[in-house]
Amino acid sequence: MSPGEAGGGAADDILRTEGITKRFGSVVALRGIDMHLGRGEVLGLVGDNGAGKTTFVKILCGYQRPDAGNMYIDGERVELRSVSDARAKGIETVYQDLALVPQLPVYKNLFLKREIVSGGRLGFLSDRKMRELARRYLADIKVSIPSVDTPVDRLSGGQRQAIAVARATRSEVKILLLDEPLSAMGAKESALIIDLVKDLSKNRGVSILVIDHNYAHVFELCDRVNVIHQGKVSFDRRVADTSLEELTDYMVSEYRQQVMSGRAER
Amino acid sequence: MTQAALSGTGRDTATGRSYPGAGRGLGSFLRTALVERREAAIVIVAVALFVYFTVASSNFLTVADMQNLSQFIGPVAVIGAGEVFLLVCAEVDLSSGTVFVFMPFVVYYLNKSFGLPLLLSIVLAVVVGALVGALNGIITTRLRVPSFITTLGMLFLLDGIMLVLSNAAQLTMPTSGTLSSVFGGWGWSEIIWSVAIVALLYVVLNRTRFGMHAIAAGGNLVGAAEAGVPVNRVKVWCFMLCSAVSALIGIVDATRITVLDPGNPGTTEMFYAISAAVIGGTALTGGSGTVVGGFVGAVVLGVLFVGLTIVGISANAFILILGLAILGAMVANVQISKLSERRKAAT
Repeated sequence: MSPGEAGGGAADDILRTEGITKRFGSVVALRGIDMHLGRGEVLGLVGDNGAGKTTFVKILCGYQRPDAGNMYIDGERVELRSVSDARAKGIETVYQDLALVPQLPVYKNLFLKREIVSGGRLGFLSDRKMRELARRYLADIKVSIPSVDTPVDRLSGGQRQAIAVARATRSEVKILLLDEPLSAMGAKESALIIDLVKDLSKNRGVSILVIDHNYAHVFELCDRVNVIHQGKVSFDRRVADTSLEELTDYMVSEYRQQVMSGRAER
Repeated sequence: MTQAALSGTGRDTATGRSYPGAGRGLGSFLRTALVERREAAIVIVAVALFVYFTVASSNFLTVADMQNLSQFIGPVAVIGAGEVFLLVCAEVDLSSGTVFVFMPFVVYYLNKSFGLPLLLSIVLAVVVGALVGALNGIITTRLRVPSFITTLGMLFLLDGIMLVLSNAAQLTMPTSGTLSSVFGGWGWSEIIWSVAIVALLYVVLNRTRFGMHAIAAGGNLVGAAEAGVPVNRVKVWCFMLCSAVSALIGIVDATRITVLDPGNPGTTEMFYAISAAVIGGTALTGGSGTVVGGFVGAVVLGVLFVGLTIVGISANAFILILGLAILGAMVANVQISKLSERRKAAT
């Protein structure tokens, strides 16, 4: 099972990485990650704890810098110096904690740090404009909530996740990183987010990278799945061409191999 | 969780059932009002007390006593409004009262010892007040000392400087005709300053980006930072704001009283102010707060203080009632929060 079975890197990939390497002291977290994300594609990134997916995501969102390797957005080589740098280049991240302010109403959360204001440096909030835009945008992406004036702490987990995704995609976004978007959610809630993610990729052309350790979630959400194992992409299949069983078998055999080689070394 | 709480899909945005008080009885409307707008309860208390003292004593509504009342409310309301900004971002300033009593001394020394014009001295003293706040904020956010401790230290530091500089002797606030009338000399000027400052702070907290960022920093510090809000800078500005308005109203108050007494460390004013904010419905957990509530809280304290004096009950009873009021307000606050949690689950 070699990487690239699902077709390695077409010319119109929105994001591509080559040999991304990162070490922390003597620990090598990433041993050269080659990954590509197509335009409007939803790619799932799975792997055990410690496989390196968290480190990889931190590099993609500009939070950490790689020791070696290249990264291309729209075929152009980029270096991400910070989270806001990544944001400026069209990469948005929805963290697992969602980064919402529970006491603030939905529309203020949607516009947090990108408020519409008047009065220059005085920064008077244009509430009416923000409410209207929030209402329209949420209707556009079919997110239904009681009212844009509802404080976020009155929303359900799924609605909160939807608001966080909505905030990340409201402005110009090319690549969306989602960190375990379906964790701790009931079936009905999950359906809401799955619909939202599919709609964003199909109808708005947003390319989405889903990081999860729950394979079932990845199968529900994604077009393609990559497994990161010991700091490398070791499995790359279209979801349509594989099955949950195959992926699980693969992960178990990898794990067994790892345990065996560990014994051999001793 | 109920079916409805999960729904999300398929409900009309405009007819969400959590919309306050839609088409139900008066009792339900009142309950909604109390839960949705925390100021409501304290307004009712303020009005009730006002009516009670008006009926109980014919002296209460006289001009002299109203002026007396306004002069009690002024400092408490202004310092309280400043504290609301800190409580909103989950901090507190224990040195605000000491800034309040100390900055008039700064005016005195700038004017008398350095010969600066009075207006300039006042402006500079307010700036010094803001710098004290900046120091509080920087120590708290950069050096990671809890603000309770930072400002406790600042309280004693300023009190000590005040005692050393003045040699513990009383001074007389410098005056200068019209200017001094504007800055507290005229009987009603203090309440006019207070209402103006409180109104300004209301606008800042509720209508500006800065106020929203303060709420965000208190409501979800990590999340707000992840969203790009410069949380530390916002907090430092809140400290500066609280100190600057405390300094300004302190100067106005001292101009009215004319005597600068270094024997008063300002802790009473600070505790009254925080009490007013808390009674008005601001929690200490951050993320929510009401400047208007704090003002009404100050009115309640003032009406109690002046009213009890007039009907002949000693100041000791005032302290007792203050204690009960704070406990009552906090219990109500927590219970109302629970109630609103339950409403959330029910909608």
